[in-house]
Amino acid sequence: MARKLLLEHINVPGIHTFDVYRQKGGYRSVEKALKTMSTDDVVEEVKKSGLRGRGGAGFPTGMKWSFLAKPEGKARYLVCNADESEPGTFKDRHLMTYLPHLLIEGMIVSSYALGAATSFIYVRGEMMPQIRILEKAIAEAKNAGFLGKNILGSGYDLELHVQPGGGAYICGEETALIESLEGKRGNPRIKPPFPAISGLYGCPTVVNNVESIAAVVPIINDGGDEYAKIGIGRSTGTKLISASGNLNKPGIYEIDLGLPVEEFIYSDEYCGGIANGKRLKAVVAGGSSVPILPANLILKTLTGESRLMSYESLAEGGFQSGSMMGSGGFIAFDEDQCIVRNTWNFSRFYHHESCGQCSPCREGTGWMEKVLHRLEYGHGKMSDLDLLVDVSKKIEGNTICPLGDAAAWPVASAIRHFRDEFEWHVTNPSDALNRNYGIANYADPLPKLEEIS
Amino acid sequence: MSEKVKVTIDGITVEVEPGTSILNAARQIGGDIVPPAMCYYSKLEGSGGKCRTCLVKVSKGSEKDPRPMPKLVASCRTGVMDGMEVENITSPEVIEARKGVVEMLLINHPLDCPICDQAGECHLQDLSYEHGVEKTRYEFERRTFDKIDIGDKIQLHMTRCILCYRCVYVADQITNNRVHGVLGRGDASEISTYIEKAIDNDFSGNVIDVCPVGALTDRTFRFKNRVWFTKPVDAHRDCPTCKGEVTLWYKGEEVLRVTGRKDQFGEVADFICNTCRFETKKTSDWVIEGPRHIAKTSVISSNHYEMAKPLDVIKHNPILIEANKEEFERATKI
Repeated sequence: MARKLLLEHINVPGIHTFDVYRQKGGYRSVEKALKTMSTDDVVEEVKKSGLRGRGGAGFPTGMKWSFLAKPEGKARYLVCNADESEPGTFKDRHLMTYLPHLLIEGMIVSSYALGAATSFIYVRGEMMPQIRILEKAIAEAKNAGFLGKNILGSGYDLELHVQPGGGAYICGEETALIESLEGKRGNPRIKPPFPAISGLYGCPTVVNNVESIAAVVPIINDGGDEYAKIGIGRSTGTKLISASGNLNKPGIYEIDLGLPVEEFIYSDEYCGGIANGKRLKAVVAGGSSVPILPANLILKTLTGESRLMSYESLAEGGFQSGSMMGSGGFIAFDEDQCIVRNTWNFSRFYHHESCGQCSPCREGTGWMEKVLHRLEYGHGKMSDLDLLVDVSKKIEGNTICPLGDAAAWPVASAIRHFRDEFEWHVTNPSDALNRNYGIANYADPLPKLEEIS
Repeated sequence: MSEKVKVTIDGITVEVEPGTSILNAARQIGGDIVPPAMCYYSKLEGSGGKCRTCLVKVSKGSEKDPRPMPKLVASCRTGVMDGMEVENITSPEVIEARKGVVEMLLINHPLDCPICDQAGECHLQDLSYEHGVEKTRYEFERRTFDKIDIGDKIQLHMTRCILCYRCVYVADQITNNRVHGVLGRGDASEISTYIEKAIDNDFSGNVIDVCPVGALTDRTFRFKNRVWFTKPVDAHRDCPTCKGEVTLWYKGEEVLRVTGRKDQFGEVADFICNTCRFETKKTSDWVIEGPRHIAKTSVISSNHYEMAKPLDVIKHNPILIEANKEEFERATKI
């Protein structure tokens, strides 16, 4: 059993209260950082840890912090992105529900490192219980002197606010989140300028995911070097994975990065295999926006090595045969699931959530959804497949924010890997309505590279 | 005064002020290499970046950092760097992406050009002639809306709208009390006033001029004529609210409509007030300056001043008589 850094005390009764959390060693990192470290030391420690953004893009957190502009006389802000709404991802909600003080502790240390006197936690509007939990926890922390004026006598002041989100997936995009936080319509801004230069209210701003901020706590407690020992290569530390789908034990798992995917799915310590004794057909490895992979490609890379749960290994093979770590929303599909229907479902989500600001995403997501709907309900044509690929190409990379890419990748990858199933939907429309295509050869061992060439 | 920076667009080098956008640098060069812009409007702060028709490829970031940019960038909102190299029409990738964007813009557009007042001066029409395909691949019902009258002078026909947000920026910046904006999300978003409230402002008519398509039209001009049958003439008057410099559009003796003076990129020189635009439509209200120069490629210039039966306004104005002669000669040569 790997060592848990974030979820260590999650099963302790009453851990959501300040007293129990403090007894279990909570807020040690605040004491350590504020009393013994300079702000640059904290940033340096996070840089050393190699922590990468846990929200999806995987950008090194320490690097992001060091990019923050520090002009004289301008406030700086830290915003925690808790607008978790990616289908398949639910780790932040779990963390906020059971360990609100871990997030607050991380927020205090991170704000101190960035020199922010006011910080925000932007929580998805639908997560009203979590908002209340956080507000209560903030009040407790303030009461204990960890927030407010002159924290622990260090002279550092910090106000922490919880902001309920605007009710849109797009508000999880960092610039849209800032717009929404300012009270405007949550449309992504056109970059540059990046938030590190001009973000919230035109001031330098850092936006970090809940899990990234929580991970700062063990980094400061044990040191960045210690944290960097966990994991593999440039994927250091532990990661929360929200496992869902046809698994025996779906749920939140904290894994050491570098765990083989096969072990994650089949080991009893983690997901415990596919439910009802069925076989694995496909996996979406990092939340709905990453490319879907068939069973054989998720377990092994094209070169025959087993695929690991790490930023690099999941992305190996690029978009041809790889996927992405994303936000860690691990969705498994068994042999009875229909990939066409799933792709349509994802695409329906992106159609609904497109902000409508830039043309390719606004029009393209709707178009793809309609074509996929037609395919799923037996009215598709063979030419639709190429049309979908072409439309997804026209969206990808041409939009203001990554939502366009996120809408295009699942469709493009599903057609790339599951073309047979899509074609079957066209050629056997009546069958497609009544039964599923099944597993076909998606779980077959990959042919050896030399056999192909 | 800071030093000028050098930028190369499609192999043509130009020196511009630092902070200029790629699009504006291209406009300084002019000609075919200017990326089309449906949403950017230089007079409206914050506009641009939305329609994605002005995408270009930056093949060399700058002298200091020569790495190319990984994605195509919106030229209207990307600043130039010293030594930057940009590919617009020389890059097949850009042309392909632009084709894609035009297709996306057209899938929900009604293509009712034969009955649209904007036809002939519509940017989307130009764009689809240049980059569009002859046949749509979109086989679903198009998005439609009911026509809404915003006040008694402006009509909003959302079905034609491409959501460039220009009119929203006008409402933000020209008028002091904004009553319209974007409602809804994704392809269900629409420009709308709050419960069809009339836009009540001296400068509200400018939303018609900034609209790149026929979504916002002048109700006093609606269905009166095609723009290529009307003659643009520059004129001015002493207006207490605005500069009073406009273009009058003549058909016969009548002034059919009044607009701001649009340059070659379709942007008005000065915003005009509603009195100039809607109320003063008699020749006697105006001091005629001369014919408005229209690009030869425009369909509007296909209509020459009639020599056989010159208009009254032409007969009495020596400048117009001269211009008329020249245009008539050119037309007869063709």
